[in-house]
Amino acid sequence: MVWVNDIIQGILTGGLYALFACGLSLMFGVMKVVNLAHGDLAVVGGYIAIGVITVTHVPVLWSFVIVVPIMAVLGYVLQRTLIQAALDRGVLTTLMVTFGLSVVIENGLLQFFTANSRGLGTGNAFITSSFSIGSQITIAYLPLTIFVAAVVVLLGLQYFLTRSKYGRLIRAVADDKEAAQLCGVDYRHVFGIAAAIAFGTVALAGMAYGMSSQLAPTIGTDTILLFAFAAVVIGGLGSLWGTLLGGVVLGVAQLIGAQINSQDEVLAGYIVFLAVLVFRPQGLTVRRAR
Amino acid sequence: MSMVTETTARSAEKFRVTRSRRNVAWTGAGALVVVVVLWRLPYLVYAGTTTIMVQAFEVLTMACMWNLLAGYAGLVSVGQQAFVGLGAYGVLILALHGISPFWALPVSAICCGVAAFPLWWLVSRLRSGYFAIATWVLAATIPLIIVRFSALGSGTGLPLPGLSGISSTMLPADTYWIGLAVTVVALATTYVVMRGRLGLVLTAIRDDEVAARSSGARVGLARMIVFVIAGIGCGAAGALVAISDLQVQPTSVFSIQWTAEMAFAVIIGGIGTIEGPIIGTAVFIVLQQELAQYNAWYLIIFGLVAIIVALFARRGLWGLVDEYAHVRLFPVGYWLWTGDEGRRGLRWRRGGRHS
Repeated sequence: MVWVNDIIQGILTGGLYALFACGLSLMFGVMKVVNLAHGDLAVVGGYIAIGVITVTHVPVLWSFVIVVPIMAVLGYVLQRTLIQAALDRGVLTTLMVTFGLSVVIENGLLQFFTANSRGLGTGNAFITSSFSIGSQITIAYLPLTIFVAAVVVLLGLQYFLTRSKYGRLIRAVADDKEAAQLCGVDYRHVFGIAAAIAFGTVALAGMAYGMSSQLAPTIGTDTILLFAFAAVVIGGLGSLWGTLLGGVVLGVAQLIGAQINSQDEVLAGYIVFLAVLVFRPQGLTVRRAR
Repeated sequence: MSMVTETTARSAEKFRVTRSRRNVAWTGAGALVVVVVLWRLPYLVYAGTTTIMVQAFEVLTMACMWNLLAGYAGLVSVGQQAFVGLGAYGVLILALHGISPFWALPVSAICCGVAAFPLWWLVSRLRSGYFAIATWVLAATIPLIIVRFSALGSGTGLPLPGLSGISSTMLPADTYWIGLAVTVVALATTYVVMRGRLGLVLTAIRDDEVAARSSGARVGLARMIVFVIAGIGCGAAGALVAISDLQVQPTSVFSIQWTAEMAFAVIIGGIGTIEGPIIGTAVFIVLQQELAQYNAWYLIIFGLVAIIVALFARRGLWGLVDEYAHVRLFPVGYWLWTGDEGRRGLRWRRGGRHS
């Protein structure tokens, strides 16, 4: 029963990782941008949440109503200026610019907020409480909420991309931006919208991490970006549900690793990632290699 | 291209193609003078200066390697700190077995080159952006394995043994000389690679990968060779880090900061030129010395400058120099001389490099 409990915890953690991966996947799918600053921006989202809660005293769980729009605006602006300028100059420049951004953000956070880690909503009754099924299985409300949030975000994205007018525009631009432009679509604006959505999910990821663990300037790359990437690769590039599966596999692998040896939690996740890279480079859900 | 055929038709006997506009011997003599002066430097300056120079050698060696990777082979690796760390640990392991760290350095560098093969096999399946993050994941995985070995000091690392016999006046000088040697070898390797057949393939990849492939260039093989060379170079730089710091700490030798420094130095100096890393390293050392008391600010400013240069001066500071003065310190391109028209450069195509 201990193992069943672990696997359930792993699946719930997978929801958090899927939330990490969502924005990375979306930005690559639409703009072909691999945003190396992804994790650091999530940390920025978390720090904004701490600031918003301190200033406005909104309940921790509802602070996303304010933080997500702030990050979405930031995403739109960043996409229309820096990222678009880099995109116009090619893939290598995009990588160099987002890597530069990552280092600048991380060290900027270190400079202004020190290396101390801080929690989001520590002491909140909902975040710390849990319920039990039977005698062995204990499920905390927070991971369950995050898992549900991840599923809702993925479902929402799926619905938005396939059914709505803007979703259609985004898919059109992702397929062929020149052709879309010939039909009268300003692809730069559509890119901006897609980046705004991606940054919204990034804000959620940062806040979710802040609540379930501690925020620190260095976790942006060490944890969020690399776990997000591992989830994307395990699940299969460019597949939204694959991302959820990848997150769950990563989460379960880490929990099993932690059972074997408490130091091996992260390592076990990366070993699964490398195994997928070697034996099934197209990922678990995608049939053909890209 | 039409210019070439025209000239050939008109005066076939009168034109020739050379590597440089000037006599190459002068460049070689100049390089020799610089190396000799640098070799004598420990006798002329205080140990503080040589310590800064050792830092410059570390960054310059890594920058040369990152330039080969990103500037020519189109491989933006964000995981080169893996090799820096492996190089440092290689020296530590050999030193623990009683081998002098100075002799351990080349051995450790070669071992890093050997380690680069399986790592390349893992990451070569991924392209551009995903390649970048995959190298980063590898670089995050390796220290997780290394800290499992308590003989290597687990998570805190160990001081480097084997150097206590050297007097405190000679140790900085010895470190400086081996640092200089590593850097000279790294620069010479880059130069030799770029002048040879591999350099031609790499230049073709840099300019247009698809065209290079369709002309029969073995892009995958060339990239693998560059990845291995970069592994050896970064490993040597990491070994140098271990010797100059006199200790090996997993968090510092596997820090992403190394890749940030080498990448920013290359971008600012001029990516895809041999001279660029030298200029970029100089900028880095000046910034770091000026901003040393402000903690992480040097890295923030260095990063911001790199972003601006990457966007607005894509060929870096050296590109700006080259544009006005047409200078090459390392003649790896070709010049076309025509008898009647004076000199005219048949240079590498510049456009489309980053597309």
